[in-house]
Amino acid sequence: MAMRLYISPSDGVPIYLQIVQQIRRLVASGELSPGEELPSIRVLAESLVVNPNTIARAYRELEQAGIVSSSRGLGTFVAEFSQSTSRSERRAVLAEKAQALVLEAHQMGVPLSELNEIVTEACNALRAINPEENHG
Amino acid sequence: MAETILEIKNLVRSFGAKRALDNINLSLEKGTVLGLVGQNGAGKTTLIKHILGLLRAESGSVRVFGMDPVADPPGVLSKIGYLSEEGDLPLWMKVDELIRYSAAFYPGWDSKYAEELQKQFGLSSGAKLGSLSKGQRARAGLLIALAFRPELLLLDEPSSGLDPVVRKDILSAVIRTIADEGRTVLFSSHLLTEVEQVSDRVVMIQDGKIVIDDELATIKQEYCQVSLRFKSPQTVPPSISGGLHWQGDGRNWTALWSGDTDQLLASLSALDGELVSKRGVSLDEIFVAYAGGEKS
Repeated sequence: MAMRLYISPSDGVPIYLQIVQQIRRLVASGELSPGEELPSIRVLAESLVVNPNTIARAYRELEQAGIVSSSRGLGTFVAEFSQSTSRSERRAVLAEKAQALVLEAHQMGVPLSELNEIVTEACNALRAINPEENHG
Repeated sequence: MAETILEIKNLVRSFGAKRALDNINLSLEKGTVLGLVGQNGAGKTTLIKHILGLLRAESGSVRVFGMDPVADPPGVLSKIGYLSEEGDLPLWMKVDELIRYSAAFYPGWDSKYAEELQKQFGLSSGAKLGSLSKGQRARAGLLIALAFRPELLLLDEPSSGLDPVVRKDILSAVIRTIADEGRTVLFSSHLLTEVEQVSDRVVMIQDGKIVIDDELATIKQEYCQVSLRFKSPQTVPPSISGGLHWQGDGRNWTALWSGDTDQLLASLSALDGELVSKRGVSLDEIFVAYAGGEKS
């Protein structure tokens, strides 16, 4: 199974966490669907040229978070979760991005009220090209 | 507990007046990939030579698989696959001669694996080692280091001066080595992104001393880059514990920092400063900070 992951070793984020975040995103966006099998630790380690212990750690974290489930000998699968889980998963992914955005605004000395305006403008721009968003 | 492959205790080695290794303590467990980093002349190769039994400990002890590599070279060397920057291959041999010669030398030689690697690396049997490119010669050296499935793979700056394709072959070999049977790898490199990519544990040597020895993930969690801003200009680096490699002037300063965040915030408010940002760092940034400045 082809799972598109991009690892940047020199990033400040540890590699196992990069894998966790990217798989979370793939699950949240529906690119990986419940029941789908993830590559084995060994296969993923060899294709990413990353230490297998790092992959194992990422899978462990994903399992603890309920994103995947693994059964000995069978492999690792995207967990069958309810609508509400996938919704909270999407929120978690977006909350992480929002945090980064707020931090950056703070560093540039942009007041939060102004950041709010920027986000609202972006939402309006999206509505303009995609009217369906109006219902959201 | 996993089996201990390597145990070094209080190892000291001097060359003339220079302390090349200053009280090194290091142990390595089976199934680990250990990345050894440090500036040129920090002591990496000297340390590796002690593990191979090429240098005798001036004081302290070195045990590899529980054996003294100086007292029992065949016992130790028959279990270590070694590749150095220079390669040390007999350049007058052809590829197939090298393979036959090495097969006779190592009892655990796996001919099938050797064949597979030869094909994968595109090494033609009749080619003379001396006329191969640097990259192909490194691949030949790697084949020899891998094909007897050594319990410990020891790579000393294997990627130096090689193109990215050969470097990827070397890293893939490291991954396969431990993915296979949980064997152990120790490799030194100054290409820190490679070290970050494949290591479980990182040891940093500076002036013959170990300055960092920890799980890579722990190191990445502990260190961060902090940006600080002060109400009034500071003429000297702020005295904040855990800070390393201070840079800046006036009101804005940055440093590599590790420690307790509450303590950092407390010292900052005492100096009338604020934390502007805190972000994760690469091993490269940690390395540069250690190489460039003393801990305050």
